[in-house]
Amino acid sequence: MIEFHSVSKRFPDGTLAVADFSLVLPSHQTTVLVGSSGSGKTTLLRMINRMVDPTSGSIEIDGEDIATLPPVKLRRGIGYVMQNSGLLPHRTVVDNVATVPLLRGTPKRQARQDALALLDTVGLDRSLATRYPSQLSGGQQQRVGVARGLAVNPNILLMDEPFGAVDPIVRAELQQELVRLQDELDKTVVFVTHDIEEAFLLGDQIVILREGGLIAQVGSPAELLANPADDFVASFVGADRGRRALHLERHGDEDVVVDSDGRLAGVLDPSRRPAAPAGPESAR
Amino acid sequence: MTWVLANLGLIWARTLDHVVLSLPPILLCFVIAVPLGWLARRYRVSRGIILTGAGLLYAVPSLPLIFVLPAVIGTSLLSPLNVIIALTLYGIALMVRVVSDGLDSVDADVRQSASAMGYSTWSRFWQVELPLAGPVLLAGMRVVAVSTVSLVTVGAVIGVQSLGSLFTDGFQRGIQAEIVAGLVATVALALLFDGALVLAGRMLMPWTRRVTTAKPSVPVEVSAA
Ligand SMILES: Nc1ncnc2c1ncn2[C@@H]1O[C@H](COP(=O)(O)OP(=O)(O)OP(=O)(O)O)[C@@H](O)[C@H]1O
Ligand SMILES: [Mg+2]
Repeated sequence: MIEFHSVSKRFPDGTLAVADFSLVLPSHQTTVLVGSSGSGKTTLLRMINRMVDPTSGSIEIDGEDIATLPPVKLRRGIGYVMQNSGLLPHRTVVDNVATVPLLRGTPKRQARQDALALLDTVGLDRSLATRYPSQLSGGQQQRVGVARGLAVNPNILLMDEPFGAVDPIVRAELQQELVRLQDELDKTVVFVTHDIEEAFLLGDQIVILREGGLIAQVGSPAELLANPADDFVASFVGADRGRRALHLERHGDEDVVVDSDGRLAGVLDPSRRPAAPAGPESAR
Repeated sequence: MTWVLANLGLIWARTLDHVVLSLPPILLCFVIAVPLGWLARRYRVSRGIILTGAGLLYAVPSLPLIFVLPAVIGTSLLSPLNVIIALTLYGIALMVRVVSDGLDSVDADVRQSASAMGYSTWSRFWQVELPLAGPVLLAGMRVVAVSTVSLVTVGAVIGVQSLGSLFTDGFQRGIQAEIVAGLVATVALALLFDGALVLAGRMLMPWTRRVTTAKPSVPVEVSAA
């Protein structure tokens, strides 16, 4: 469990990036921080592994104030996946994944073997293991980044827009991969994104941030959709634009799902229709 | 040509003298410039002092420097040490800037992600920043090696033997073949050193090699002093 207690961060140039931020991030759940650019998401994330130290307030991991822990040791126990993967260009894929275990003193053989197994975990072919990052596609690099984040089997995984730099198809693939991994591994994940769809897909708890690291609303995807706290949240989750207020229309012989702007949103999947007699006619 | 054939032993001996005079400055300047270059990047004050000092040092002409050194450090006028120290100073003057530029060229994201993974400042420098600055350092060292080999000849004027002695002797005695032999051997030695550095670079930095074959347009930053 990660707890923020009235955390503020003012950078030396006077920018107040985070103001009086308090939040509990439950263990074994994915908390997603969403907000527009400059709302302090990265700053919040980096305070968890002490890449940034708060100006005031405190952060606890499982009840222990992290300000009392040596940063280098703390970081070696927390997985960190950053935008653009941040791989070391001069190390091969397998060595990149094995970096932190090696820093922690795992024998080289063992670390490499584990790294190869992790490539399987994130769906990368082992034949890529001896390549350098520059010889991989963006999506492959992101996967290596995720594998590296998992390499020390951390309880906590921090992910800063890890899929921001890849195309929508690969992104969807990576998101599914992460959902599967999370089912399996059950980490405490803190995930940063601009993309509310991504947040809804991955998050157990979603934190919507305003400028200056102020919390607009915290809740599950369902809560945010059903009861947006204010107009800001409503427009952020897209509830007001009717993108999510869907209804059925009959087009010829087909039922299609349409949003309130009249835009086609999709079709109903017959194989997943509830068995109850509630036909399309009764759904408004 | 007959002179060359008759004096192969002499040419070989001067070549060895030349190697003995040029290797220490090349190696020493690297070893000294790395911490200085790091220091130059680390603090604003040290940056100004070190980089300006290095620039000024480079502007001092070599012959006077070799003459003045004995008075400053107490070596004998004819000691090869004067040449070695003077050339080490030139090498440092050039490499300090190169090291500092090379470290600057390391991607900030990579540096951050190394810290986030738990590299200490010390291990991050040796295992991440210095290797990634490698291509720039190599470019600098190639300039240093070639210019050191060529500057060693200046020592001949004050009697420190090297391939340069073949020029001075050739001029005094009017043996043109000797002058040409000295010149050719000096250039050959410079090329040899340069080739050795390139080879070492390939071996030590395999990631640049593979990248170059994969994508020919990789930016190789060559930084002038
Ligand atoms: N090192 C720094 N020095 C000064 N100001 C900073 C620094 N890092 C971030 N800031 C400022 O703090 C605010 C929050 O930045 P942060 O990087 O946390 O935003 P973000 O939500 O991650 O944005 P994005 O979505 O664009 O990544 C911004 O106004 C930014 O300019
Ligand atoms: Mg950010």
